[in-house]
Amino acid sequence: MSDITKQSLSELIKNIKDKKLSSTEVTKAFVERSEKSKELNVYVTEDFSAAIDKAKKFDKNPNLDLKLPGIPIAVKDLFCTKNVKTTAGSKILNNFTPTYESTVTQNIWDEGAILLGKLNCDEFAMGSSNETSFFGCVQNPIDKDLVPGGSSGGSSSAVAAQLTPITIGTDTGGSIRQPASFTGIVGLKPTYGSCSRYGIVAFASSLDQAGPMAQNVRDCALLLEVISSYDEKDSTSIDFKRNNYVKELTNNIKGKKIGIPKEYRVDGMPKEIEDLWKKGIDYVKDCGAAIIDISLPHTNYALPTYYIVAPAEASSNLARYDGVKYGFRADGENLIDMYEKTRSEGFGAEVQRRIMIGTYVLSSGYYDAYYLKAQKVRKLIKNDFDEAYKKVDAILTPSTPSSAFKIGEKTNDPVSMYLNDIFTVPVNLSGLPGISIPAGHDTNGYPLGLQIIGKAFDEQNLLNIAYAMEEKINFKNKITDWWIK
Amino acid sequence: MIVCDIFNYHMSIDLKTIKHISKLSRISVDEKKAEKLVGDLNSIFEFIEKLNELKTDNVQPLTSVAETTLKLRDDKVKSKNLREQIIKNSPQENEDYFVVPKVIE
Repeated sequence: MSDITKQSLSELIKNIKDKKLSSTEVTKAFVERSEKSKELNVYVTEDFSAAIDKAKKFDKNPNLDLKLPGIPIAVKDLFCTKNVKTTAGSKILNNFTPTYESTVTQNIWDEGAILLGKLNCDEFAMGSSNETSFFGCVQNPIDKDLVPGGSSGGSSSAVAAQLTPITIGTDTGGSIRQPASFTGIVGLKPTYGSCSRYGIVAFASSLDQAGPMAQNVRDCALLLEVISSYDEKDSTSIDFKRNNYVKELTNNIKGKKIGIPKEYRVDGMPKEIEDLWKKGIDYVKDCGAAIIDISLPHTNYALPTYYIVAPAEASSNLARYDGVKYGFRADGENLIDMYEKTRSEGFGAEVQRRIMIGTYVLSSGYYDAYYLKAQKVRKLIKNDFDEAYKKVDAILTPSTPSSAFKIGEKTNDPVSMYLNDIFTVPVNLSGLPGISIPAGHDTNGYPLGLQIIGKAFDEQNLLNIAYAMEEKINFKNKITDWWIK
Repeated sequence: MIVCDIFNYHMSIDLKTIKHISKLSRISVDEKKAEKLVGDLNSIFEFIEKLNELKTDNVQPLTSVAETTLKLRDDKVKSKNLREQIIKNSPQENEDYFVVPKVIE
């Protein structure tokens, strides 16, 4: 079966359950295609031979009642995997092999999945193009020298190029939804507290969430079901009744009220994004949902707020990289000199920049002016959503202000890079769930995504709206396999 | 009397400030890197200072989006004999200890 890698997760599971395919056949197919796709640079660590061994072991005594029976899956290299190197895309963790497993990856293995390898990402998930990775940029399978988005760029590229049937990423300001949009796939950031943060390399703890990235909404719903769990090892994990998202998936969204926030019509937004949004509104109406104009008045303040809160938390989280307990160490004349050289040589430029912003906004004399101010504005941004959700069930916006850009195009101007996340950041600041679904193409044939933002813990509704729209949109990704010689 | 207009006040970050932050961050920077950081951080802070347009005197800061009280658990030892695992990734090991450059003369 040469077209194994073209199958969706749901199809693969069905074929394995019907014994038309074995886990070994499926795993080998993804390994073979990955071997031919080195030019995309999606893997930091390949675990291919171990994966095939695990698949063979699975086939000897297959448990077909599991949700991911013998399915090979590559994951973002931000998830700690026991005895498999975990780098967070950084030189400082290049020699780090965790002795424990993150809860979300453990949930995946417990349902029968098999680790294929660890996927490239921006260093410590700080970036929107995968260009800050110590292991080099990732190619977007859509076109050569095009960024796959970030920070989950290896993940988005791997799913779009069919090197893994599905994956998990993390999203702090848009790091699942923006790369999903850039590569023509589906990406979901769950409500804060749904998926455990235990064992995920921390960036900004009040914003970080793990989430699924998939070829379609159904696969996304299935993986969410597997990774979402209450976990006492994460003090911000929330104990609520989780749905059986796939079973309850429906394209009937008649009577749902969808809000269109006028503030997302930003200056200089390309016409194709504006047109896509209008098309999205038509699709929603076609599904029998009602469109309601709403206002989220503090939208323009979300990015400046994010660029205080996220670096502040990052500067604190990344204080642990001191060259003593684990990770890279540079030689120094004394202890302080060792710390300073280790961090200067071990972290890349963007990470250093953010640590310094964070340190500054938390430093004595500036805390009130910056950090406290940002926390107050964050409250106003969340209040905007709370108000809006009195009138609507969900909100529809574009995922990104543009399609994917060329490698190197924005690396010299941090602020222009940060603007990528203008539509996704408010969702993290408010702890809400958001999904990006592929919805059209620009004039170059590059994919464009629409974002649906839901109420907290209302992933079912979010998935249903996405599922109904997906059917109407009938998106086809234009991938030519240009990298396979 | 000089009135400071807080809404149009842009604190510029100079080389001295960068060197101070780099000390606090425990990241060594040479002259060239420091100069680049002056430019980068100023453009980022110019962008950040948009927040000064908003009056927030009566707004409560949001410290957590998860509106939940922290759960308590029993104070029980759940993992034992982790010494080897903890030491395993240390850059320089000496049996049971982390090793750092000499700190006492």
